[in-house]
Amino acid sequence: MSNHALSSIAYLLAAIFFILALRGLSSPTSARLGNLFGMIGMTIAIAATLWLGEYLNIILILIPLFLGGSIGIYTAKKVQMTKMPELVALMHSFVGLAAVLIGVAAVFNAYETHSTIQRFELFIGAFIGAITFTASIVAFGKLSGKFGAKAIVFVGQHWINLILAISMVTCGVIYFQSESILAFLLMVALALVLGVTLIVPIGGADMPVVVSMLNSYSGWAAAGIGFTLNNSVLIIAGACVGSSGAILSYIMCKAMNRSIISVMLGGFGSDVTTEISTGGERPVKSGSVEDVAYLMSNADSVIIVPGYGLAVARAQHALQELTAKLIEKGVTVKYAIHPVAGRMPGHMNVLLAEADVPYEQVLEMEDINGEFSQTDVVLVIGANDVVNPAAKTPGSAIYGMPILEAQKAKMIIVNKRSMAPGYAGLDNDLFYLDKTTMLFGDAKKVVEELVKAI
Amino acid sequence: MAELLTIQNISIFVLAIFVGYHVVWNVTPALHTPLMSVTNAISGIVIVGAILQVGDHNADLVTFSNILGAIAIFFASINIFGGFFVTHRMLEMFKRKKSKRDETHE
Repeated sequence: MSNHALSSIAYLLAAIFFILALRGLSSPTSARLGNLFGMIGMTIAIAATLWLGEYLNIILILIPLFLGGSIGIYTAKKVQMTKMPELVALMHSFVGLAAVLIGVAAVFNAYETHSTIQRFELFIGAFIGAITFTASIVAFGKLSGKFGAKAIVFVGQHWINLILAISMVTCGVIYFQSESILAFLLMVALALVLGVTLIVPIGGADMPVVVSMLNSYSGWAAAGIGFTLNNSVLIIAGACVGSSGAILSYIMCKAMNRSIISVMLGGFGSDVTTEISTGGERPVKSGSVEDVAYLMSNADSVIIVPGYGLAVARAQHALQELTAKLIEKGVTVKYAIHPVAGRMPGHMNVLLAEADVPYEQVLEMEDINGEFSQTDVVLVIGANDVVNPAAKTPGSAIYGMPILEAQKAKMIIVNKRSMAPGYAGLDNDLFYLDKTTMLFGDAKKVVEELVKAI
Repeated sequence: MAELLTIQNISIFVLAIFVGYHVVWNVTPALHTPLMSVTNAISGIVIVGAILQVGDHNADLVTFSNILGAIAIFFASINIFGGFFVTHRMLEMFKRKKSKRDETHE
């Protein structure tokens, strides 16, 4: 069999393992095996490329492989779970960057000639890669607070983006008509700028969507490179990653009641807050830790609604202690997770898992919403918009957004640092109900005090 | 010939999107973060493209393309090793408590 046929078979095998890796994530028990399958698939693909590739400069391959691998493992070991969105954004950017570098390398490669179709494919792969690269760097900066999470809106931004996009496509057309390397490089440069201008106007609140979307882009970039190289495993892996990111973006948009287009146009959840926040000087009932501890330990059932504020305060472990104590007293405790409870899809689940909260206690929104009406006490910690009943009122800014129906519980306890509104900048009627008790203070401190008082 | 190859590629691409779509909808929402980190690792597959750029037809000469390819290998490797490793770390967290709980139940 020719080397080419052998490598094609190896790549097919690798692609199957990648699909099995994603398949494994349907449950936590099969997920670890799935991850192992992913590693096997990657090993097969790399080994086959090294084994069957011709004229490879092994030193130039192994040194960066070893360096990158060590940095990757070190980072994976050290990263805090609250920082996962930053890490993921950074890794999206690396895929984009690698795609750009490969594209440019292919264009400069004297041993390769490219047909018009291949030049078109190179153009697609390189420009998606370039946009993914800079857009992910901006997203990373926003998530880590380095650039400030605020949406930066500038005059005529949509026009600037449009002009950039048109010039980029024009350069691409010139490139695949004339093979001009200059046009190719100019196209890449324009795509790099476009990545920045597209993400800069998007506010911090929309980051879960942006991160998912860039996940998708990174997949398409890989697939684009696969087209250029006529490499099936790149195409298959890229397409799977691309559709995965697209699905996650869709889920996030639905959970936030946002359309992908309005996210892209940007400007949401940034500076509207100050206007509406002072709207009502309505009285709230503020309670003491002792009262709340008494209420909770005498309840039959408690549902905890954690939000990102919980993670910011690093209160997960204290909360787990609180849960364990309540369960000891015979109270049924469950966690209700809204799809956007965190900075990326599934983030809160990981944070709770890290704090040793059993998987079985953590329920998704659709599974738990029916239970609130039979629940004695709901404890809302560091969450706001996801329990705002305004989502049921036509005309409200968040109308139609699916919420956790905490307002249906017999008693509601809300821990917040202050009465400041959430990302959506809306007042929350839940806080003013007769059955609601506010427990002001830092989440970690409050939960620790509750643990002591119970 | 080139056209036929492209059409084959498109067929693979479209079918893979279908497979990806159906597989990913089955992923439990609790594991969406590990899903993202494992897809980060899988997109590291661009390393295959990078490796192919580090060929030296002329044994002593390191070309511009070789160097770009090597840099791409570096970044793709961070994704591959970092992605799989951090996914493993997260999935261990989901496992750990399950066994702990089972122990306390017995």
